[in-house]
Amino acid sequence: MPSSRATVVIFPGLNAETEMLRTLSLAGFETTTAWHTDTELPARTDLVAVPGGFSYGDYLRCGAIAKVSPIVGAIRAHAERGGFVLGVCNGFQILTECGLIPGALTQNAHMRFECKDVFVRVHAEGPFTPKLDTVWRMPIAHAEGRYQATPETLARLEGEGRIALVYCDASGAVTDAANPNGSLRSIAGVYGGASKNVLGLMPHPERMSEPALGGTDGARLFEAAFAHLGKRAA
Amino acid sequence: MKAAVMVRVKPEVLDPQGDAVRRALEKLGFEGVRGVRVGKLIEIEIEGDADPTLKARLEKMADAMLANPVIEDFEVKLGA
Repeated sequence: MPSSRATVVIFPGLNAETEMLRTLSLAGFETTTAWHTDTELPARTDLVAVPGGFSYGDYLRCGAIAKVSPIVGAIRAHAERGGFVLGVCNGFQILTECGLIPGALTQNAHMRFECKDVFVRVHAEGPFTPKLDTVWRMPIAHAEGRYQATPETLARLEGEGRIALVYCDASGAVTDAANPNGSLRSIAGVYGGASKNVLGLMPHPERMSEPALGGTDGARLFEAAFAHLGKRAA
Repeated sequence: MKAAVMVRVKPEVLDPQGDAVRRALEKLGFEGVRGVRVGKLIEIEIEGDADPTLKARLEKMADAMLANPVIEDFEVKLGA
């Protein structure tokens, strides 16, 4: 059986593509890359990953310029076919700007760039988050991670089980103190797509994915997606 | 032909940058500053003279890219 294939999309100014490629590969994916000027994804792409960084220098708004890149049409078509799309940090911001995930990511409430490990809890099960209430430790590194959406959107996300991850403390308790950026409802990750096939999250699972990095919690998310794709192909 | 698009953070969205500016103004001794909101002014130069479709075209630009309708409102001004 051919392995599942992951394509990492590179926009100018991203800086987290190397660890994304490595983590996908460790989780079992065959990996390849696509450039922002490409108009098609490599053949047999199962999962598209948009890594973190500062695409186009965060000009205008984080992710605003990236959304007009030629490759975005192909990413959108992939998502609409039910293909997996994962956006991490700036990748999450790009996916919200593209409209693939509802809401927006705005300046952290306290104005600081936050670079530290946080805890997140699985709030809704899905292809990347297989078990409710699992607590994972992962690093964040962002200045614009405060998730915002209208009350109607929030109600819909909650109702449809699309709030994938929320910030919490080490014991899994969701508190204001454990919310690093002021996100509404402590939201750290959100599912988009008809079958929750699109996930955006601010924490970096690919930076907590092998023992040398201090932990392997992040690897679980990639392994879950890989297992899900394997089941789907079988 | 010149035009301007003013982009504002929606009233219900927290603007930490504006709050920081307000506090800084207080520190400088300016009294009575109740609130500050920081937005963006985007100046655009358009070929030719104003035509009846210009405002609608600029609004389309603002809606498609210059502002994020989830968190921002915009206002188009012609002949700025």
